Amino acid sequence: MDEFSRLSLHIPEPAVRPGDQPDFSNVKIPKAGSVPRPEVDVEPEAIRDLAYSIIRVLNREGEAVGPWAGLLSDDELLTGLRHMMLLRAFDARMLMAQRQGKTSFYMQHLGEEAVSCAFRKALRKGDMNFPTYRQAGLLIADDYPMVEMMNQIFSNESDPCHGRQLPVMYTSKEHGFFTISGNLATQYVQAVGWAMASAIKNDTRIAAGWIGDGSTAESDFHSALVFASTYKAPVILNIVNNQWAISTFQGIARGGSGTFAARGLGFGIPALRVDGNDYLAVYAVARWAAERARRNLGPTLIEYVTYRVGAHSTSDDPSAYRPKTESEAWPLGDPVLRLKKHLILRGVWSEERHAQAEAEIMDEVIQAQKEAERHGTLHAGGRPSVRDIFEGVYAEMPPHIRRQRQKAGY
Amino acid sequence: MARMTMIEAVRSAMDVSMARDEDVVVFGEDVGYFGGVFRCTQGLQAKYGKTRCFDAPISESGIVGTAIGMAAYGLKPCVEIQFADYMYPAYDQLTQEAARIRYRSNGDFTCPIVVRMPTGGGIFGGQTHSQSPEALFTHVCGLKVIVPSNPYDAKGLLISAIEDPDPVMFLEPKRLYNGPFDGHHERPVIPWSKHELGDVPDGHYTIPIGKAEIRRQGSAVTVITYGTMVHVALTAAEETGIDAEVIDLRSLLPLDLETIVQSVTKTGRCVVVHEATLTSGFGAEVVSLVQEHCFYHLEAPIVRVTGWDTPYPHAQEWDYFPGPARVGRALMEAMEG
Repeated sequence: MDEFSRLSLHIPEPAVRPGDQPDFSNVKIPKAGSVPRPEVDVEPEAIRDLAYSIIRVLNREGEAVGPWAGLLSDDELLTGLRHMMLLRAFDARMLMAQRQGKTSFYMQHLGEEAVSCAFRKALRKGDMNFPTYRQAGLLIADDYPMVEMMNQIFSNESDPCHGRQLPVMYTSKEHGFFTISGNLATQYVQAVGWAMASAIKNDTRIAAGWIGDGSTAESDFHSALVFASTYKAPVILNIVNNQWAISTFQGIARGGSGTFAARGLGFGIPALRVDGNDYLAVYAVARWAAERARRNLGPTLIEYVTYRVGAHSTSDDPSAYRPKTESEAWPLGDPVLRLKKHLILRGVWSEERHAQAEAEIMDEVIQAQKEAERHGTLHAGGRPSVRDIFEGVYAEMPPHIRRQRQKAGY
Repeated sequence: MARMTMIEAVRSAMDVSMARDEDVVVFGEDVGYFGGVFRCTQGLQAKYGKTRCFDAPISESGIVGTAIGMAAYGLKPCVEIQFADYMYPAYDQLTQEAARIRYRSNGDFTCPIVVRMPTGGGIFGGQTHSQSPEALFTHVCGLKVIVPSNPYDAKGLLISAIEDPDPVMFLEPKRLYNGPFDGHHERPVIPWSKHELGDVPDGHYTIPIGKAEIRRQGSAVTVITYGTMVHVALTAAEETGIDAEVIDLRSLLPLDLETIVQSVTKTGRCVVVHEATLTSGFGAEVVSLVQEHCFYHLEAPIVRVTGWDTPYPHAQEWDYFPGPARVGRALMEAMEG
């Protein structure tokens, strides 16, 4: 008789499935204001516990508390609220436009608006993001024209990408937004390369990489952390943990490690977890990481703990893989409502003004949509030329592509 | 003008480019302090400093991925993959990213990178140091693919590649690094110093990407080849006495179709030679183009000579490598048809 029994394979399972009661008892939420704010030149070893906690500023009452609070003025916070509301309204309209057949595909940010909107505020003009498809707040909060985004979504005659790229895969060098690939994790290591280039040229600009909880499992995540760690690249490495990778719960990518942030510890990269639904906390942590990068102290890994309230995209139905009411049970609340509550508490906002702003913002989005639709939608009106298929593969069109274009009749 | 090996020519191309343009950076595994396992980057770190020529972690996707990010910033990275056989972890970055960035962003971002990699067999490298993956690159729209056959071309083409606004795969036939190998492995190595194409200008010059070169004028049959096989084909022509016209493609993508069509139209016979495996190899594309454009001039079926459709074996290397005897038989076959 062998002392070892036969092996069996472990397959992680989420706590609940459709039909079950939502259960987030495994998400440990520390009190707002309870996590210390270290100096930016702290030794990574000294703040290992920050990879296992959650930095929070807004408490349940809507007060901003603790060492990460106090960085933003009333006006800045009101602007932040406006950006999140704009993104939410934009999403709502575009989701509807997809249902109406005006675009093939859409991906919304519902519940995650604070992450990209607040992060953008910590960057300067000239810094570069390498985003995934759920960071349009980086554009919205940088005042990129909504009409341009819609032109891209509708693949119309004014589509900045000339119809070649999927909807929502925006690009804007001017707004520090690298062309979204649609493949996962590839852009993470590119962000490190961009940051290395900035350091090679003794520039002052920094880069930010973006990845979701699911795609941290890709080997490019590991490559990015190795390069960032080795060359102390001035880069902020963001992990948006919205709990779900399409239908796969985050435990499949996380495996046995306590948190995604903790992945940074083995690389000697300071790793912080932050309440991703807390605009003030996201901004405070992003600013801390940006300052580290600008002081040439190297990379920072940030995990934003948030929840994807909507579907992954317009191509999936979350009720097939998680309880329908799970988003309501999410313990970190809604980022828009939390900031709204805080601003009311500060005495600079009210329910009435909020309702009025909502209406005005929706009108603004509808006006932008009307303008964009004048240039066409996916199956109606102006569209990119067939000629555009063949342009831009190379700087100069090689003979074989020219022959194919002619064969296509253009 | 100096006599250079292909290693020295490649190094000189990077040296000249780094001196002319401060945005050119060079990195890869063992590339910095040591100067690369084939010594192609020897001395560059000492000359240009550690931030312009440095060692990278063993992570091909990281090397190419960071190069793409650097190119987006505005640098011109020229990176080394230690062996072409090691490029597969970077294939995602090359095919989905480097090749598409200009297209998908409508030129908002571009990707002027060069990825150098020693390719091909003939050094008893076995299955992981002998591969010829060029067709895996020519199948990817948005990449350019170059395979030089001599020091003069290697330098001029590498400078062109570094100055090119798009991503270029630069495959260096490692068996040609030190001499024009003709496939007679049992004979002493002929050094580049004894070959006219080992004459390489010290300074800056370019060879246009997309232009083939006729290495031997002939009237009986056209041999279309590149890299190491250029020298093997030339030897096969001499040994069989068949008056072959040997075309060195140099650039596989874009391809110099005009030179191919002119030659095959003249000779009416065609042999395509490469070291890579047969099925779906680059030769298949060449054969297809030849029949499309020269069908009514062909007097015999087109013959392919390639590596066998097996992994590159170790001990049986010279039974795998398409040497002058096999190419010679193919020439005779094309003449008989």
